[in-house]
Amino acid sequence: MTRRRHSPKVVTGSSLLEGDTVWLTADDRWTRNMSEAELLEDEAVAEDRLLFAISQTDIVVGAYLANAASSRNGPVPVHVRETLRTKGPTNYVHGKQQQEQPVALAGYFEGV
Amino acid sequence: MYRYSDFDEAFVRERVAQFRAQVERRVDGSLTEDEFKPLRLMNGLYLQLHAYMLRVAIPYGTLNSGQMRQLAMIAERWDKGYGHFTTRQNVQFNWPRLTDTPDILDALADVEMHAIQTSGNTIRNVTADHFAGAAADEIADPRPVAELIRQWSTDHPEFQFLPRKFKIAVTGSPNDRAVTRAHDIGLRMIRNDAGDAGFEVIVGGGLGRTPMIGKVIREFLPRADLLPYLEAIVSVYNALGRRDNKYKARIKITVAETGLDEFQARVDARFAQLRPQFGGADQDMLARIEGYFAPPAFRSAPLGRYETAREADPAFRSWTDTNIAPHKAEGYAIVTVSLKVHGATPGDATSGQMRALADLAERFGHDELRISHEQNVILPHVHESDLPEVHSILGTHGLATANVGLISDIIACPGMDYCTLATARSIPIAQEIAQRFDELKLEHGVGELKIKISGCINACGHHHVGHIGILGLDRAGVENYQITLGGDGTETAAIGERAGPGFSAEEIVPAIERLVHAYLDLRCGRKESFLQTYRRLGIGPFKAALYPERVNANAA
Repeated sequence: MTRRRHSPKVVTGSSLLEGDTVWLTADDRWTRNMSEAELLEDEAVAEDRLLFAISQTDIVVGAYLANAASSRNGPVPVHVRETLRTKGPTNYVHGKQQQEQPVALAGYFEGV
Repeated sequence: MYRYSDFDEAFVRERVAQFRAQVERRVDGSLTEDEFKPLRLMNGLYLQLHAYMLRVAIPYGTLNSGQMRQLAMIAERWDKGYGHFTTRQNVQFNWPRLTDTPDILDALADVEMHAIQTSGNTIRNVTADHFAGAAADEIADPRPVAELIRQWSTDHPEFQFLPRKFKIAVTGSPNDRAVTRAHDIGLRMIRNDAGDAGFEVIVGGGLGRTPMIGKVIREFLPRADLLPYLEAIVSVYNALGRRDNKYKARIKITVAETGLDEFQARVDARFAQLRPQFGGADQDMLARIEGYFAPPAFRSAPLGRYETAREADPAFRSWTDTNIAPHKAEGYAIVTVSLKVHGATPGDATSGQMRALADLAERFGHDELRISHEQNVILPHVHESDLPEVHSILGTHGLATANVGLISDIIACPGMDYCTLATARSIPIAQEIAQRFDELKLEHGVGELKIKISGCINACGHHHVGHIGILGLDRAGVENYQITLGGDGTETAAIGERAGPGFSAEEIVPAIERLVHAYLDLRCGRKESFLQTYRRLGIGPFKAALYPERVNANAA
C-alpha cells in the first residue's frame, strides 16, 4: 500500500480571548508568529498534533491543519488566506502587521 | 423614532447579563467552544480571520445622534477607532476582545441597541428603504411595520431554530430601494383599488449560491393580516425547509422545490388557523409604534443660499447633483453621505466621522440618521438652505465625496481581508476600481452604474444585482474574479448574467475599464444608463469588450 502524498502542514487556530491567529509549536506552546510553528511533514503526526490542539479548548478555538512550506525563517503559508492570517488585512495596517514595521500595502505580499 | 419600553429595556439588559455570565463560564472552562458558539452567535459575536467580530443591529437602518455617538465611543474604546456599515444596514466591529463584548453590549443597551439575532438561523434585522419617512415617492413610512416585525420576530419561540437564516425587507415606495425581491420575504406597501393600505408579499428571493428573484405570493394583503400571514409563511418554511443540506435550506429552495402554488396553499391553510389568534393586540401595538414615527416638525424657510451656492461652487453643485434626493416636504432634501472616498474601504467610518455625522444630524437633520444597504449614511431631513453648510462641514471630515450612484459608489463585503467564509478579497478591488476611475475623471460622464463585489458565493456584496457584479473565487489558492452583467436590485429586479471566465486580481480592473469604455461607445446619448444599454443590446458587445482575444481568435 502506498501512502497518499502529504503536503507539509502547520496546526493553527484562534486564541480564545482575542481571536488572534496562533500556531502550535514543537514544544506544545501556541505562538502568534507562524515562523515558530512546527512544520508537520508526516500525515499521521499532523493528525495527532491536531487532536492535541483540539483538546486545548481553554486556549485555542477552531484548530485546523493548514498547508505550509518550509523556508529559512521557518514555516510560511502557501495559500493567500493563510498569508492574510499571518499579517492582518490589506486595507489597514491592523492586526499582526501593526505590531511589526508598518507595511506599505503595495509591498504586502512581498517576502512571503 | 421608536423608544424602548420598560419591557424592551429589561429584556435587553437581561440578555446582556446572561451573555456576561456565559463569557465568564467560557473563559473559566465551564463551557466548551461547542457549547458557547451558539450562545455567542445569538448575540452577534462571530470569530473571523484575525479577531472576533461583533455585528450590531441597526433596526431598519435608523439611528439618532446619541446612538451614532455611542457607536463612535465603542469603536474608540474597544475597537480600532472605526466601524464597518454593512449591506444589511448593520454595523460591524472587527477587533473586539471576547471579554470586552459584554461591556460593549451594555454600552449598546444604554442607547437602546443590541446585537440579538444578527446571526444564527433566525429572523435577522429587518431592513427597510433608507429614505423611509422622507422620500417624495413614498406611499407610507415602512418603519412602523418594520418595528412591529422586529418585536414579533425577536425571541419568537417558534422561530429560533429555522432551517436557515431568514431576512425580511420592507419598502413603502414604488421605487424599490430595499432590494425586496432578493429577500426571503419582501414587503411592498401598496394601496388597492378601494384605497385601502396593504402589502404586496414577495417570497423566496435571495442571492447566494442559488440566486433567485422573489415571487409574489399575495398581491394584496390587508394591513391587519400582516403578522399572522408572516407567521404562516415562516411556519410553513420551518416545517418544510430542508435541514439535511445547508445549501438547500433557504426558503427560496423550499418554494422552488414545493412549487409556488402548493407552498401558497399551505401558507393559506396555516394562515386560516393563525388569523383568529391575532385578536387585534398587534394592531394596537402598531398604532402605538406609529406614534413614534410621526414626521418631524418641518420648517418653512426661504431656500437662502442654496441656488447661489450651486452657481458659485462647482464642488457643491456636483455634490448636490449626485448626493441629494427629493424629499416629500417642501424645501427639504435627503442627503446621502458617501462612505466611498476613492481608494477607501466601502462602508467604513471612523469615530471622528461618526461624531461629525451625529452633530450634523442634531444640528441640521431633526436628529435622524439612516444607514443604507449601499453602505452610505443618510441625513434624511435637511432643509435646502442648510445644504451649503452641511456640505462644507462634511468636507472637513472627508465625507463630501460626490459619487452616490456612480461607479465608485461600490458595495463590497469585507471579503478575505476579514471573513472566514471568503474565497477572495473584495475591498482592494473596490479601492482600485474607484481610484482608477477617479484618475480617469470618467465617473460623472459615465453616470449611474452600480458595481457590487462579493468575496464568496454567499453574495453579501449583492454582486448578482449589480449592473456589474464581481464575485471573488479561489482558483487553486489564487484569487480569481468572475463578472456578471445586467443585474438590478430595484423594482425591475434581475439577476446578472455571467460574462465568461474569471480574471486575476491584476486583470480585473482593466477588464472593468474595457466594459465601461464599451458602454460609452455603445450608448444612445448620455441619458441612456449602463443598464439600459445592456438591456437594449444584450451581453454580446460587452463580452466582446471583456474578451477581445476571443473575438480576434474567431476572426482569424
